[in-house]
This record gives sequence, structure tokens and C-alpha cells, in this order.
Amino acid sequence: MLKLLAQRFAFLSMILISLGLMLVGKADGVLVERVRLAVGDVVAPVIEVIFRPATAIANAVNGVRELASLRADNGRLREENARLMHWQTVARHLDVENQALHAQLNFIPDPDASFITSRVIGDTGGAFVHSMLINAGSRDGVRKGQAVVSGETMVGRIIDVGLRSARVLLLTDINSHLPVMVEGTRARAILTGDNSDRPRLDYLSPNANVAPGDRVVTSGHGGVFPPGLPIGVVSSVQDGVIRVEPFVHRQQLEYVMVVDYGLAGILPSDVSAAADSREPSARPQGPEH
Amino acid sequence: MDLWVRHLLPLGLTLLLVLMEAMPTHLPGFAEISPLLPLIGVYYWSIFRPDLLPAVMAFFIGLLSDIIMGMPLGVSALIYLLVQGTTASQRRFFLGKPFVVAWCCFSLVAVSAIFLEWALVSMLNGHLIPLPAVLFEMLMTVACYPLFSWLFGRAQSALLRDA
Repeated sequence: MLKLLAQRFAFLSMILISLGLMLVGKADGVLVERVRLAVGDVVAPVIEVIFRPATAIANAVNGVRELASLRADNGRLREENARLMHWQTVARHLDVENQALHAQLNFIPDPDASFITSRVIGDTGGAFVHSMLINAGSRDGVRKGQAVVSGETMVGRIIDVGLRSARVLLLTDINSHLPVMVEGTRARAILTGDNSDRPRLDYLSPNANVAPGDRVVTSGHGGVFPPGLPIGVVSSVQDGVIRVEPFVHRQQLEYVMVVDYGLAGILPSDVSAAADSREPSARPQGPEH
Repeated sequence: MDLWVRHLLPLGLTLLLVLMEAMPTHLPGFAEISPLLPLIGVYYWSIFRPDLLPAVMAFFIGLLSDIIMGMPLGVSALIYLLVQGTTASQRRFFLGKPFVVAWCCFSLVAVSAIFLEWALVSMLNGHLIPLPAVLFEMLMTVACYPLFSWLFGRAQSALLRDA
């Protein structure tokens, strides 16, 4: 009887503890974050070792699949290469011209970027959270708020950093808000994730003309990411809701680069997740809803 | 000593499911609807060996899962705790019943658990999480039950026959 009572009591207190944790976590408790990081650091290498065989099998399957499309790919790539060679010539020319003009204007250049390449070891959260674990952490130079790119394409940013692992918040996550612009018109907006495949373009100025197919790039406002990192193309404009199809999808990410652009930006070092959404200069007119 | 190690089996298998959930599958569209695997472990062992997977363990499995998944801390902890509590208290009903009964009840449990998870995460985020992906997550979880239940059954009869 007494034992049953004790069990009931333990059960109830654990329920209260979980509810308490939700509230504390919501209030950005530094302690909660520390616990998170410590556990993450222990678990990350375990995940990595356990699933090495699974990764090997997946790679083998992929290899076979790629064989099938080798011929078609080759033709396509040849064509693309020819086109890119042309662009390379153009870019070289523009680069030289740009440097000359910069020199004449005493332009202050952006600081040079440094990269950390890292493997994606966990794709987590299912329908609720769009985030990933990577196997590089603070000892490799990863810092909170840094941009995460795949190739040249922006995929997300670092929100938690442990010693040897870090968590990437993808652009599609419901907590992701990113200052962007439409490349052709330079119209600014905020790219807001909503846990669907295609994030929304919010706070676009009403007279901006946006059509499907327009490229969306980072705007560099807020000083965290450099301007001009490609993100995706506008895929649909319906009832005032503009959706953006990202260039890179979650499942394609195997290796990502964490980029340090040397921009101190507006991210305070120890306040978590939604920090940039609180930054006033990155937030255009109009209330949050 | 040997028995003591074997008694860690339910916990170990459920923890493995927690890690499996975090595995990148690289399948298009799968990540968003990946099943809530640890729920299967918590449910199965709450019916068949609640002594080896008590409420405290369910709570800590949930906490670990929250940390690995990057979920708001406490959400999975609460859900696994509630699933363990309800299932273990009703376990006499399942013993001796055919598999289909356990599966049907699991789908009920899974739907309510994931719905609660949806409500909590939406509330903590201040935005509604889109429902379609969540509904698919429920379906996937229910569909995965027979396989894992069978595997657990094999493991149980091979290693936990003693008691």
C-alpha cells in the first residue's frame, strides 16, 4: 500500500518535472542548454559509430543507383561545363574590373571567410523540429550563429555548439527567420520556416513584384551572414503567400560547411535559438503574428 | 551477474530506437515523417516487462530523446512517462490476447501521444506545426509496430525467459 503510494507520488512528480522543464527550457535557461550540450557531446560519437555500417550500405546502394544514370549525367555535365567555362571567363573579367573599381573607391572589403567541413551525423526531430547534428564543435572552431552552407547554398545556421558536435537549425524549421532579398528586384523580406518543405517569404514590401522562378538570396541584414548567399527560388505565389523552394533539401545533406565570415553580427553569444528574430534591424515593419 | 545484464535488454533496445530515430536516411521526404520509434519500445515493454522498464526509465528515455532530437526539453519525457503509466496499469488486459489487440491499442496510444506532442510543441513554439506531416508520422509509427514488436518478442523469448 505504502509502496503504491510512493510510486504514485514519484509518477506525479516526474510529470511535474517534465512540465517544469518545458517552462525552464522556454525561458532559455543557460543550465538547460549546458545539459543539452553535455549530453549531445556524449551521444554524437555513439551515433556516429553505431550507424557507420548503415552509412556504408546506403553509400553502396547509392553507388549502384548512380551507375544507372551515369551516361545521362555525363552528357548533361559536359553541356553544363561548356556553359560554365563561358561564365568563368565572364567572372574573371568582372573580378578584375571589380577589384580595379574597389581600389579606386577605397572600398572596405568584407572579411575573408573560413570554412569548417563537417559530416551530418544526425537528422533529427521528425515532423516537429527540422535540425541536424554535425560532428564538429567548439574545439573545431564552430560558433553559435554561423552560417551552414552546402556547396554555395545556404541551408541553415548553428544554434547549439558542444565540444565535438553542433546542431544546425535548417531554414525550413518553424523557428528559423532569415533576412533575405529577391535577387532581381532587391526587394527585402524575411524567410520564415514553418516545418514544411518550402519556407514562406514574409514581410515583403507590398509593391514588390515577385514571380515563381525568382532567385532568393541572403540580404546580409543583421550582419550575421554575408549578402548574396543563394537559398532557393520562388516556387509559388498564392493568395499573398509566397513559398520558396530551397536549392538543397534536407535528405541530400551529407557533408556541410560551417562558414565563419568574421561578422560579429547581432547574435549575443549565450542566448539561444531565436536570437536573430528578436533583432530589431532585421525585422521589418509589421507586427509578429 | 548475467541475469542483471539481460535485464538491461528492454532499456538497451529502447535506447537503440532513440538513436535510430536520429539516423540520417537520405530518403527524400522521409525525415519529416520518420516514425516515433522509441514509443514502440516504451509501449511493448510496459506491457510485457514493466518491471524492467519502469516509469523512471521511460522518463529518462524521453529526456534523452528530447536532447538528441532538439525538441523542447520535457515534451518526450512527459509523453513516454504517460504512455508507460497508462499501458503498465492496463497490462493485465493484454496478457493472453492476440497480437492484433495489442496493435490496435498501440495505434490508439500512438495517435494520442503524437497528438499531445503536436499540441505541446505547437504551444511552446507559439506556432501551429503543420498537421499533415504529423498525421503521416502517426501512420508510420503504427505501421512500424508489428516489425519491432516481433523483434522484441524474439529478444524476449531468447533472453528473458527466466522470469
